[in-house]
Amino acid sequence: MTATPTAAAPFTTVIGLEVHVQLQTRTKLFCGCATTFGAAPNTQVCPTCLGLPGSLPVMNRTAFELAVRAALALGCQIAPFTKWDRKNYFYPDLPKGYQISQFDLPFSSQGALEVVDPKGALTRNVRITRVHLEEDAGKSMHDETAGTGDTRIDLNRAGTPLCEIVSEPDLRSPQEARAWLNELKLLLVYLGVSDCNMQEGSLRVDANVNLHIPCDGGRIAKTPIVEIKNMNSFRSVERALVYESARQYEEWQATKAEMGKTPKQTRGWDDPAGVTRAQRHKEESSDYRYFPEPDLVPVTVSEEWLAATREAMGDPPSVLREALAATWKIPPYDADVLVNQGRELVAYFEDLAARVGEGKVASNWMQQDVLRTLNERGGSIDDFPVRPAAVADIIGRVAKGDFDTSRAREIFAEVLASGRTVDEVVASMGIAAVDDDELITLCRELLAANPRVVADVQGGKEQAAAGLIGQAKKKNPNVNPGKVRAMCLELIRQM
Amino acid sequence: MQPSDMSAVDLVTAVRHGDLTALRATEAFLERIERLDSQINAFLSVDREGALRTAAAIDEKRKAGQPLGPLAGLPVAVKDALCTFDQPTTCASKMLAGFRPPYDAEVVARLRAADAVIVGKTNMDEFAMGGSNENSAFGPVHNPWDLTRAPGGSSGGSAACVAADMAPVAIGSDTGGSIRQPAGLCGITGLKPTYGRVSRRGLVAFASSLDQIGPMARSAADCALLLETIAGHDPGDATSLESPVPPYGADLDGPLEGVRIGRVPAHFGAGLCPEVAHAVEEAFAAFRAAGATIIDIDMPHADAGVATYYLVAPCEASSNLARYDGAHYGHRAEPGGHRAEPGRLHPVEPGGHRAEPGKGSGASGGGFESALVEMYCRSRAEGFGPEVKRRIMLGTYALSAGYYDAYYAKALKVRRLIRQDYLDAFEKVDLIGGPVSATAAFKLGEKSGDPLAMYLVDLYTVCTNLAGVGGISFPCGFTKGGLPIGFQLQAPALAEPLLLRATDRYQHLTDWHRRRPAIAARPR
Ligand SMILES: [Zn+2]
Repeated sequence: MTATPTAAAPFTTVIGLEVHVQLQTRTKLFCGCATTFGAAPNTQVCPTCLGLPGSLPVMNRTAFELAVRAALALGCQIAPFTKWDRKNYFYPDLPKGYQISQFDLPFSSQGALEVVDPKGALTRNVRITRVHLEEDAGKSMHDETAGTGDTRIDLNRAGTPLCEIVSEPDLRSPQEARAWLNELKLLLVYLGVSDCNMQEGSLRVDANVNLHIPCDGGRIAKTPIVEIKNMNSFRSVERALVYESARQYEEWQATKAEMGKTPKQTRGWDDPAGVTRAQRHKEESSDYRYFPEPDLVPVTVSEEWLAATREAMGDPPSVLREALAATWKIPPYDADVLVNQGRELVAYFEDLAARVGEGKVASNWMQQDVLRTLNERGGSIDDFPVRPAAVADIIGRVAKGDFDTSRAREIFAEVLASGRTVDEVVASMGIAAVDDDELITLCRELLAANPRVVADVQGGKEQAAAGLIGQAKKKNPNVNPGKVRAMCLELIRQM
Repeated sequence: MQPSDMSAVDLVTAVRHGDLTALRATEAFLERIERLDSQINAFLSVDREGALRTAAAIDEKRKAGQPLGPLAGLPVAVKDALCTFDQPTTCASKMLAGFRPPYDAEVVARLRAADAVIVGKTNMDEFAMGGSNENSAFGPVHNPWDLTRAPGGSSGGSAACVAADMAPVAIGSDTGGSIRQPAGLCGITGLKPTYGRVSRRGLVAFASSLDQIGPMARSAADCALLLETIAGHDPGDATSLESPVPPYGADLDGPLEGVRIGRVPAHFGAGLCPEVAHAVEEAFAAFRAAGATIIDIDMPHADAGVATYYLVAPCEASSNLARYDGAHYGHRAEPGGHRAEPGRLHPVEPGGHRAEPGKGSGASGGGFESALVEMYCRSRAEGFGPEVKRRIMLGTYALSAGYYDAYYAKALKVRRLIRQDYLDAFEKVDLIGGPVSATAAFKLGEKSGDPLAMYLVDLYTVCTNLAGVGGISFPCGFTKGGLPIGFQLQAPALAEPLLLRATDRYQHLTDWHRRRPAIAARPR
């Protein structure tokens, strides 16, 4: 698709994202300290992450592997040789006075991640500029109650491994940015790279945004690029971008200021107020004096190791969606819904579909029953008490004609609520298969009691038989409505 | 024989055989420290109680028949740049006055595990920056051969304490000559191992890509003994080498026949003092007499060594020393002028307001920022001495946007050329010999007003560090005024056995290394 301004928005929004993801490692990037969230301040620290004199970093190989996994899934080139650099700046939550990061030789670059809207045809390839690894800083808290006095530092987070993923400015709307972030998060969670928990700071997003505004004579005016920070959910990313594009358009109308004349501005998102606010310019002018980290050796990556890593990492969501749709013959929409729930739910579905032998039926049950109740209950699919075997059992009995789908739903709900087996629930609900003799007797009684219906059917109005089903269910709740209808029509024909 | 007259090798042998107790050995050196160090100032701290306790424990161990470590009962002095959990570690800086690290440097841990007795921490140039030991915040070290002269630096305290028999051996560190140059000026033997041979973990960093810890002693044999304990791979130092440690002591015996020693004619230029030149040439002659072949070689980029070194080292130092900002430990200037407790964090307590993630986005804005910057500036202004500040500024400048390519990046290129010079040279020769420094010990104060003259003191030593190879310095004569003159040998990476063997052979043929300064003579 092409991004053309519409009547609703007389401009194109151009967005690039910078995502910091905390890697799911047990220990920090350059020392053995734990990365557990929520520990008491300054309890997960050692000489290295405290930056004590004489301490040295040693690279956490697992962190590097996870980061490579992410980069591979993003289709990035992995550099055969990568080094570490020091980014120098002073701040109390940075105890060494520098952050170990990657400057000119990141371990990976030039990838892409598509953003897909399953409801529409919209697909956009968003290029990834680079993915690199770095250590996180600690946390500063300013105690304002004590006037200008106290700043408190927690260094538990200092040295936590972060993967920075930088996109090209390829996104064209706030909604698209949000959808892309969802896809990225899904991918990283799938690969076990990160838990992407924004509340705990495992995923942080900065957005660069400006507008392309068509002017007279076909010229495109570009507004100054603004970097938005402090967005703590994907929803706030979308809201901030919506607000910011409107604000930039208004400002452009007033000032006609274009890109390149002023330095990049940083604005912070104020979520409760729903506005972005200008932040100080100081950071932009700072010179980080990057230079190669002499305490670490460069990392070399072999083809064999890369192949093994690729082998071990499993399919990314995009591949899985196509595979699910093809294997189980389900619509792309279904595959999307299932895959977006995570790897564990897909495993549950595949187990169920294999037992049922019918992908679409399994998918319908997943969406209408399993997922709905799972969402109501909360928790993970692995802890969901009704296992695929039980669901397949219920579906199998429906197919056999033991009972209809609505009855099956009741059974499913009862199995879930009681924790009993399907057999036990079926027995306790007095559900027994209705045999053919029983059914014929019942239908004969019904036809005898409803001569009007018989006459209508004989007159060509087959739909009149529907009126008999309700009565049949009243007499025996276990009857299968389809079978009642078929039997009644057959008996009338024989009359 | 007094313990203080014994070699380290003999000392540990005597202790192992029960001819000498560790306690007696330790007391002997502590007595000398007590008697002499007020004049020399080689020690920043002496751990009398700790040393005696350790020595007594070693004797107990021996009595109980338990196995003893290879350095059992050997008193060792440690440069104050190495972390010790039980003694202050100050780097001779006001910034770290009273600082006690919560851990031992890897080398210190290895010494303790080998049953060595750590007697104290030695004086040095502040953060190892200097070549005279005059940059110590706690006063200069006096050269035991002439108390009005400098011992060299930065490991001046380690060199002087060994020269004055206040310790049989000492640990130094060498970034551009800081072991070899003071060893030369104090008439002892000092080895700078190959980069990565000895773990740097717990060595307070000056320039990480150049720093290397090494032994300082009265002879090559004693250096070999010490190196065997401190060398070896450390998984906690990513730059440490995995190559196994050879038995340096057992490897000493060996002929010099066929060993090719390079001589660089350019070393004997105008700047070299004639007395030094003479002694160095005599040493070459002695090596030739011992069977070595002397071959003149060219080191085409050596003259760029000092310039390269004074970019690479300050750049790394400017970053390594950024942590001394008063925020977490060390010296902090408070607005009222009083200082924070050293070595303590200021932890978070519940109820603090959470700042935005990331840096520089403090919730309380400009007031906090300016107070913070003021605290940084004042803490660093008060805590660092002038030479440290000079190098931090040099390095910060050279790494800045717009200057990086012209200075730091260019220095790295020249460094590669210098390294190549060594690779080429070691195709032709096994060792490179020459002077350690252009003159014998200079007067205290003589060069302290002229930083550039002081930087040239490193002329013959910096290239070893830039190339990452090993070098050793040992006495090869004396000036008419009675000051020791040093000779330097350099070897390819990991050729420490050859360095030690050649030096040991020389020390069997000469007795320069046996001479003691008058101050070291025992009172009658
Ligand atoms: Zn740590």
